[in-house]
Amino acid sequence: MSEKKTNRRDFLFTATYAVGAVGVGATIWPMIDQMNPDASVKALASTEVDVSEVNPGKTITVLWRGKPVFIRRRTQEEIAEAKSVKLEDLKDPQKDEDRAKDPEWLVMLGVCTHLGCVPLDQKGDYNGWFCPCHGSHYDTSGRIRKGPAPTNMEIPKYEFVNSNTIKIG
Amino acid sequence: MSDQEYTPKSRVGKWFNDRLPLLTLANHLTDYPTPKNLNYWWTFGGILTFCLITQIVTGLVLAMHYIAHADMAFDSVEHIMRDVNYGWLIRYIHANGASMFFLAVYIHIFRSLFYGSYKAPREVIWIIGIIIYLLMMAAAFMGYVLPWGQMSFWGATVITNLFSAIPLVGEGIVTWLWGGYSVDNPTLTRFFTLHYLIPFLILGLVVLHIWALHVPGNNNPVGIDIKKPSKDTVPFHPYIVIKDGFALLMFMIVFAFFVFYTPNILGHADNYIEADPLVTPAHIVPEWYLLPFYAILRSVPDKLLGVVAMLSAIFILAALPWLDTSKIRSAVFRPLYRQFYWILVADVLILGYVGAMPAEGLYLLIARVATAYYFLHFLVILPVLGYKEKTLPIPLSITEPVLGGSPSLAPAKMKERSKHK
Repeated sequence: MSEKKTNRRDFLFTATYAVGAVGVGATIWPMIDQMNPDASVKALASTEVDVSEVNPGKTITVLWRGKPVFIRRRTQEEIAEAKSVKLEDLKDPQKDEDRAKDPEWLVMLGVCTHLGCVPLDQKGDYNGWFCPCHGSHYDTSGRIRKGPAPTNMEIPKYEFVNSNTIKIG
Repeated sequence: MSDQEYTPKSRVGKWFNDRLPLLTLANHLTDYPTPKNLNYWWTFGGILTFCLITQIVTGLVLAMHYIAHADMAFDSVEHIMRDVNYGWLIRYIHANGASMFFLAVYIHIFRSLFYGSYKAPREVIWIIGIIIYLLMMAAAFMGYVLPWGQMSFWGATVITNLFSAIPLVGEGIVTWLWGGYSVDNPTLTRFFTLHYLIPFLILGLVVLHIWALHVPGNNNPVGIDIKKPSKDTVPFHPYIVIKDGFALLMFMIVFAFFVFYTPNILGHADNYIEADPLVTPAHIVPEWYLLPFYAILRSVPDKLLGVVAMLSAIFILAALPWLDTSKIRSAVFRPLYRQFYWILVADVLILGYVGAMPAEGLYLLIARVATAYYFLHFLVILPVLGYKEKTLPIPLSITEPVLGGSPSLAPAKMKERSKHK
């Protein structure tokens, strides 16, 4: 390889490799992407829930996209407790107002942000939720206060269709 | 390797062997010169082969009756247990077989650690072995998901969520693994497919493992290089075949005890409750063979670092041939290493125990100390020990200390002691 001059053969090699790489990529991608959520899974993306029976201090758990969603009608004490927390005391600082549009209603994914277990209601050191798997404590706003979970429990996209119905997703 | 030319006696055999030298291979395997001082800790390779074949055969039968669908999997397992002829037996062999497989593999691994079998020139055998061990864990985990009980479901949720600790792409990877937004039917069907595939990958790697073993030949309790074939070796057949066979029989007694007397003791009662995505069992624990790593995961209070620590605890083993700087293989001639070895064994057992306990209070403290020691052993103690330790004189051959002429009798006595362990 004393001569560095590009000749026809070098060009052909490069072009062949390039086309080959594109071909291999185009063949592999469907094999990988087939494992992503399919159309029938995506079609179940929203759920409507009737919450007329939920009294203050009660939580209902509904299934959305195969995951539990907690809908809790919070008591005044819980709301006050959630609002009184200083942001600097939080691992994942978030105001209660940003988590519950209507302070009475807390709608969040009932999935611990550590490794995905379902936390238990009205347990733990902060009167909120406690994850039995690896010991994460959440407060009355579902914010992480103690334990290995890195973030607050997620708030899904939801809206009140009317005063008795919540649409999640 | 037996290097002399082999010629089959019969004309047909010769005709065939000239076209496909299978008889040469068979001759190599029977004549394969083996160190004559191998003790019973060396019989676990054969036992592991038996375990693999058992899992493949029983698994094949179970797959004829099992239905990989979220709505039917749990019932189909009960159908196997109650309706299928001998279904209970086949399933109990398969379920307990996984535990027996891990029991044997842990003995096999710790034998290598004691006698330094991972050191040059056997690094490749060791690394292939670690890959097999990783695949075993993957197969065991996915197999545990298939009955679709509560522990199946939540075990799958927790383990797949480990990937969500990866920054940026973690969530996308988890969704991709699940084929949805939670563990569900798509997850079950792909786990079944992979659970079926992995044992055959392991089988292929076992062939490579044995091939790589047959290049330098077996290590031995004295840990010295030996001439092959010589006074120090015996042919694999019949000497080692008989010894391995006897050990296998003893092992099968233990195996049968679990299958027939306490078939569920190694499982969790929660797994006889069908999977419920709304309720997590109060106390999630993996199968016993994964507990030490689970303890390491939980001992770190940070999600990403916990996952990193757990994976490092496994991958650090692959680097062992280079972390252990000592030129002497066998712990028989390494008085200090021998003590650290037993401390490591105790450390791993302690990790396994606290992994089964709730991660709080004293248990958490013990788990943290034991995790720190685990890494200390591999990253500090082993490299330093190779330079500092004053090792005992090693014999020139396996026969030498027995026949006398050794400058000291200590090695012979050491060897005797190691035999009685």
